[in-house]
Amino acid sequence: MASSVPASPPLLARLEQSRLGLGILFMLPAAVLLLVFLTYPLGLGVWLGFTDEKIGRPGIFIGLENYEYLIDDSVFWLAVFNTLLYTTVASGLKFGLGLWLALLLNENLPFKAFFRAVVLLPWVVPTVLSAIAFWWIYDAQFSILSWVLMQAGIIDTPINFLGDPNNARASVIAANVWRGIPFVAITLLAGLQTIPPSLYEAATLDGAGSWQRFRYVTFPLLTPIIAIVMTFSVLFTFTDFQLIYVLTRGGPVNATHLMATLSFQRGISGGNLGEGAAIAVAMIPFLLAAILFSYFGLQRRRWQQGGDN
Amino acid sequence: MAAVDIRDVRKAFGAAQILHGVSIDIADGEFVILVGPSGCGKSTLLRMIAGLESITAGEIAIGGRVVNDVPPKERDIAMVFQNYALYPHMTVADNMGFSLKLKKAPQADIAARVQQAAGILGLAPYLDRFPRQLSGGQRQRVAMGRAIVRDPQVFLFDEPLSNLDAKLRVAMRAEVKELHQRLKTTTVYVTHDQIEAMTMADKIVVMHDGKVEQMGQPLELYDRPQNQFVAGFIGSPAMNFIPGRIDGSTLVGSDDLRIGLDADTANLQGRDVVLGVRPEHLVLGEGGFTAEVVVVEPTGSEVQINARLAGGAEIVAVFRERHMFKPGEKIGLKPLPGLVHLFDAATGQRL
Repeated sequence: MASSVPASPPLLARLEQSRLGLGILFMLPAAVLLLVFLTYPLGLGVWLGFTDEKIGRPGIFIGLENYEYLIDDSVFWLAVFNTLLYTTVASGLKFGLGLWLALLLNENLPFKAFFRAVVLLPWVVPTVLSAIAFWWIYDAQFSILSWVLMQAGIIDTPINFLGDPNNARASVIAANVWRGIPFVAITLLAGLQTIPPSLYEAATLDGAGSWQRFRYVTFPLLTPIIAIVMTFSVLFTFTDFQLIYVLTRGGPVNATHLMATLSFQRGISGGNLGEGAAIAVAMIPFLLAAILFSYFGLQRRRWQQGGDN
Repeated sequence: MAAVDIRDVRKAFGAAQILHGVSIDIADGEFVILVGPSGCGKSTLLRMIAGLESITAGEIAIGGRVVNDVPPKERDIAMVFQNYALYPHMTVADNMGFSLKLKKAPQADIAARVQQAAGILGLAPYLDRFPRQLSGGQRQRVAMGRAIVRDPQVFLFDEPLSNLDAKLRVAMRAEVKELHQRLKTTTVYVTHDQIEAMTMADKIVVMHDGKVEQMGQPLELYDRPQNQFVAGFIGSPAMNFIPGRIDGSTLVGSDDLRIGLDADTANLQGRDVVLGVRPEHLVLGEGGFTAEVVVVEPTGSEVQINARLAGGAEIVAVFRERHMFKPGEKIGLKPLPGLVHLFDAATGQRL
């Protein structure tokens, strides 16, 4: 358009006049960041999943061979099962306990600000640090939990927290829940505080008891924020790596291997970059499903939308 | 329907005293309006009747039963909130039927009563909508519908019209009054707008700083305000106050301002008083006092004139006739006979 004008002003001056040109110019930095740091690594990962690349040796395209191998790999399927179990149980507990904590913190407690700050602690401590603390708590010999229970006379021998498959699963889930609750609780607390107090007063006058106020006022009004929080919580939990890596490295006998840790073990420790990438790519459908579920199932409510219909 | 008795009710939040002993008798079926400037304790008193605030001292009885320790849901009252407090996730019908649903009333019964209330309020076409899809006035009506559906002993209104625009407020004023005439339910209504109070109430209670200044019928308050606060609060534009000293049958103000009084001043000789005269009770003419016109505000139906007295005090006069004075012009004003009020300068009480 501007270029068809014969005696055109200098390029810079023309750019300043053009809304489209300026728009593109201003979006460029963000676009570059997204391309370099998000799209490229993701694309590289997907590509690697179709190759037999090993560390130190470029690979060639082998189609779906990595995936064909994984379909028959029982360890891979165990990791999928573990991941689903880990995500479901941990997210469920985080939601229940987080909501309960948020409701408590929303009451008029003494030292309210102090308690709210304390609740955030597990969230601000680096995961690796808290994982090492849990490692000690779960130690086969020196576990403080075992010691307390033994002193109380409830058990005779220390609990083998991380050595037994089911104990290990429960232990890592407990550690993950401990770490994830603050995020859920604080976000839901923020959601609770957006509910106008007059609604509770109106419900009280309408004859609602405390359970009915929760059931008919609090919970429905909280669903939009619950959907968002739980989507994030599920995504974080599903892709968890640090906690498992520090506590169990996937053991015992792969009982706590998640897809993320298995991908790292095969791809980096084992050197099979292609296969590791394929495992990582296999997580994508699950994550997309979680996002779509929350988007369509929970987030959209007719009463939130304005306008006439 | 029931009478509400408020006996020497006090309220304190910690050390702060909000209500200093308020007593009001509200008869069965009466429309009572609590009015006063913000912070006077009128909303607190309403919330105490509702049971949303505890009663520090004194007694509130609804229908003869003392309700101090009765939880809100057993008081059989319904309240309309300033921000309507409609449940945003429920349709209009669900909002209105919520209290009946909690009482486990049969579905058909709920539907019938919601339909009936919607009919009264003209909400029938909107029953399936959500509050967000309604205009301010419609939301206001839904809030009233929620109260009507319950058929309570007492309606409580907490500044229900203050979120509406001026035109709608006037329309809703008439609607609320008509609704009361139709249902005859005892109503306690809180507002800071004295025009709302004047136009709707059977009885007005003027509150100030946690005390009742005066209560009575609207015109009674207008005609015989008991003190300077009520005199200044009721009526718009507000009453003019001119301080001075009684000398014979004349009020002597500062800077030789003299206003002849036709009131009985025999036993007020030499006292410091405040003369009160409403803007609409001033007429042009000789024998009163002169004032210098500052601003002329014609509204069409009347003309409001702000003028300055000899002593520098501002005075407002309202005329039905279209007097278009120029700023700076000197005019003679005098109060209509029998329509001046005298207040004690020290206590503000009517003399």
